[in-house]
Amino acid sequence: MTQGCAAPAQTARIPATVDLANEAVIQGTVTRDGDPVSSAYARLLDSTGEFTGEVVTGDEGIFRFFAAPGDWTVRVLAAGGVSVDFTITAAIGEVAALEVAI
Amino acid sequence: MSRSDVLVDAAFVEAHLDDPGLVLVEVDEDVSAYDKGHIRGAVKIDWKSELQDPVRRDFVDKTGFEQLLSGKGIANDDLVILYGGNNNWFAAYAYWYFKLYGHGNVKLLDGGRKKWELDSRELVVDVPSRPSTDYKAQDQDLSIRAFRDEAVEAIGTKNLIDVRSPDEFSGKLLAPAHLPQEQAQRAGHIPTARSIPWSKAANDDGTFKSDDELRQIYADAGVDLNKATVAYCRIGERSSHTWFALRELLGLSDVKNYDGSWTEYGSLVGVPIELGEAK
Repeated sequence: MTQGCAAPAQTARIPATVDLANEAVIQGTVTRDGDPVSSAYARLLDSTGEFTGEVVTGDEGIFRFFAAPGDWTVRVLAAGGVSVDFTITAAIGEVAALEVAI
Repeated sequence: MSRSDVLVDAAFVEAHLDDPGLVLVEVDEDVSAYDKGHIRGAVKIDWKSELQDPVRRDFVDKTGFEQLLSGKGIANDDLVILYGGNNNWFAAYAYWYFKLYGHGNVKLLDGGRKKWELDSRELVVDVPSRPSTDYKAQDQDLSIRAFRDEAVEAIGTKNLIDVRSPDEFSGKLLAPAHLPQEQAQRAGHIPTARSIPWSKAANDDGTFKSDDELRQIYADAGVDLNKATVAYCRIGERSSHTWFALRELLGLSDVKNYDGSWTEYGSLVGVPIELGEAK
């Protein structure tokens, strides 16, 4: 059966079916006062600012994208009117990591 | 048709949660989202296990839809308000589905679950119990559903709107960037399609853009709003979002959602495919 286009649950462990050697991963953890923030929204924008994808953080505050290699912007939205942008570069076989304290 | 006929805001839902004859329905791909918290009184529909045929690639049939809605306690004359995660993709997909089977009064909660959460509005875990009904569906309204042959026929004659991300359109990616790139279909897009990602129709908080903004976005991308239109994505839910914007918000008369979308088209033998930017 077809898998939907929505994001899978965002967990610290990368699903076993994923071969990281073939993926350009961008991931991060959203925290508030050191505690992980669930239900924050991470939006991935390409180098022209075009929206590419969005995931919601789970209990561990994690978000993850399987991107194409290149430069990206991650925009994190959270309750309380939080909207912060980060620029990051993704490469195949690497995990580009962000720590987002809001 | 005006916007208020098809779209309600969070304040309206908060004020009318307990109205008789109003049913809130949450539709997510991630069904655990509902279990962890939902708008009070909302019932859940699982887009996959409840809306798809378990064997064939197709929707549940009319009888299946009747059984589903009867079991959820939804009556024919209820006002159904749909909302969900992912900027309402699956809620818009369910909205299209409710229209396909002829439900009279159905609306979307603007911004869906995201706007509700970002506003820090109340979510509960209590699951409501609704007495079952005897729901009667209509035959599918095929004026809003396109099949593969219509997608091919639309090349160069109708507006084709590809609402996937630019990298999926150009053939660089086979799936959205938050999914592993594991599919085996050919990449690219249907020739003559315009690339107008679904996200163009939404604000950051998941609400729909204004009618004027929407008209501008589609016109600027080369869509003739006086012509018939077929929208597609990968499996038909992101394109339901654009179908909603074009048909329900802008009131265009002939807009179809091609639910087979790229997972079907990109696997068909012998059909034309284009790579790269829109021509």
